[in-house]
Amino acid sequence: MTILGVSGLTKRFGANTVIAGIDLDVKKGERIAVLGASGSGKSTLLRCLNFMEMPDAGTIALDGKVIGRRESELTLVRQRIGMVFQQFNLFPHMTALGNVMEGLRTVRRMSKPDARARAERELARVGLADKAAHYPAHLSGGQKQRVAIARALAMDPELLLFDEPTSALDPELVGEVLGVIRALAEEGRTMLLVTHELGFAYHVATRVIFLADGTIHEQGTPDEVLKHPRRERTQAFLARHKEFSL
Amino acid sequence: MAYQWDFTPVFANADLLAQGLVNTLKVTGVSLACGLVLGLGFALMRLSRQRLVSWPAGFVIEVFRTTPPLVQLFWFFFALPLIVGIEMTPLLAAVVTFSIQSAAFFAEVFRAGIVSVERGQWDGARAIGMTHGQALRRIVLPQAVKRMIPAFMERAIELMKTTTLVATIAYADLLFAANEIAQKTFRPLETFTVVALIYFVVITAFSLAARQLERRLAVSGESTVH
Ligand SMILES: Nc1ncnc2c1ncn2[C@@H]1O[C@H](COP(=O)(O)OP(=O)(O)OP(=O)(O)O)[C@@H](O)[C@H]1O
Ligand SMILES: [Mg+2]
Repeated sequence: MTILGVSGLTKRFGANTVIAGIDLDVKKGERIAVLGASGSGKSTLLRCLNFMEMPDAGTIALDGKVIGRRESELTLVRQRIGMVFQQFNLFPHMTALGNVMEGLRTVRRMSKPDARARAERELARVGLADKAAHYPAHLSGGQKQRVAIARALAMDPELLLFDEPTSALDPELVGEVLGVIRALAEEGRTMLLVTHELGFAYHVATRVIFLADGTIHEQGTPDEVLKHPRRERTQAFLARHKEFSL
Repeated sequence: MAYQWDFTPVFANADLLAQGLVNTLKVTGVSLACGLVLGLGFALMRLSRQRLVSWPAGFVIEVFRTTPPLVQLFWFFFALPLIVGIEMTPLLAAVVTFSIQSAAFFAEVFRAGIVSVERGQWDGARAIGMTHGQALRRIVLPQAVKRMIPAFMERAIELMKTTTLVATIAYADLLFAANEIAQKTFRPLETFTVVALIYFVVITAFSLAARQLERRLAVSGESTVH
């Protein structure tokens, strides 16, 4: 069953066409790793999917319904598509618990006790029950990113977008975040994941997409794309990343 | 012949001074409060992408930032009644003038504060489905306001001193009271020394309280500086 249907997606910044007509079907339970050189448009693609960037052309359908451009519709769509950022983007003036509760309270208008109970469950799921009262400034990078994941999960998203969730982390903190994402994968969650962790992509993704020139240059199973790439640019990209062995 | 300092005539008029201080604080406090609300409105208008909204706000801000406060005060007190027939009491004229003037100043502080909040904060808020207004109110403004506290204090102190201008339109503020006492008692040096001391004490107390508040806010969560 297709959750997200993308067709002819195009995004330009001035004269710079960053996404040049991408078609993509995301099926329920799929875990798609998005690879590509720096500046190839990975972040832009993800940001177009939840309309953080307005596409210039093309359509995106959620559960078969094409998404319009009215802000009231987009805020509903964004609740159904969770997003996790490279820089976490936690709210520094709220505790970890406050961060997770915020969407439930302000957007969902949930009662305080309900929101608190839900947020506590989400923090426990990412292993941070004991950090609920901490402000982001007093958390490690890995802990911050896990709070950010809990914040996204609290909204019950049908689809999760991860934009290089471990790129801003010290190497020794990468594992704890990947562990959480792996657990979500095992639950059967649908996700798109931009990452340079090729080994992780190989083991966790069900499909790998390689972006170049604003198009899907090559895609297939992790084995096809990462072990036996057919196209030259994919091969060159993987050769540059050899040090991160599979 | 050495000057004989004598403060007793000044202290004999303490009630006048007290009333003057109350009036000064009244003008300052009301103007600050109105200025904050109005200033936020101006800032949001200024940040709007629609020219028809941002331009008028920009115009008002510029006019009030570039003209002398005394001229503004005279204009509201003497000229406005002639033009539109609205009579203003000295208090009202003072509050209107200093509110708009503070608003013009706060608009820039708010605007700078809002744009100083990283784009990622808007992203984080919008990604969980917040509207622009919710993101502004819940996420961006609380962080911006923390960074505004020093500028706010600066302005409050400045304003308290600027309000001495209201004496020129016969509003009985602290300086006006001082003038009266000085003339009545022939003790201007003593009177103005005492008045300066009152300003010093009130403003210093205010600064300390504000700094305390800032420190308290910094402790809860991230500090003001990044
Ligand atoms: N808001 C913007 N305004 C103008 N140009 C932009 C904007 N966002 C992205 N771009 C441009 O679009 C192109 C793709 O950027 P994008 O961030 O999507 O790449 P990326 O694949 O995520 O790169 P990285 O691996 O470095 O994160 C780049 O050339 C970038 O300069
Ligand atoms: Mg990117």
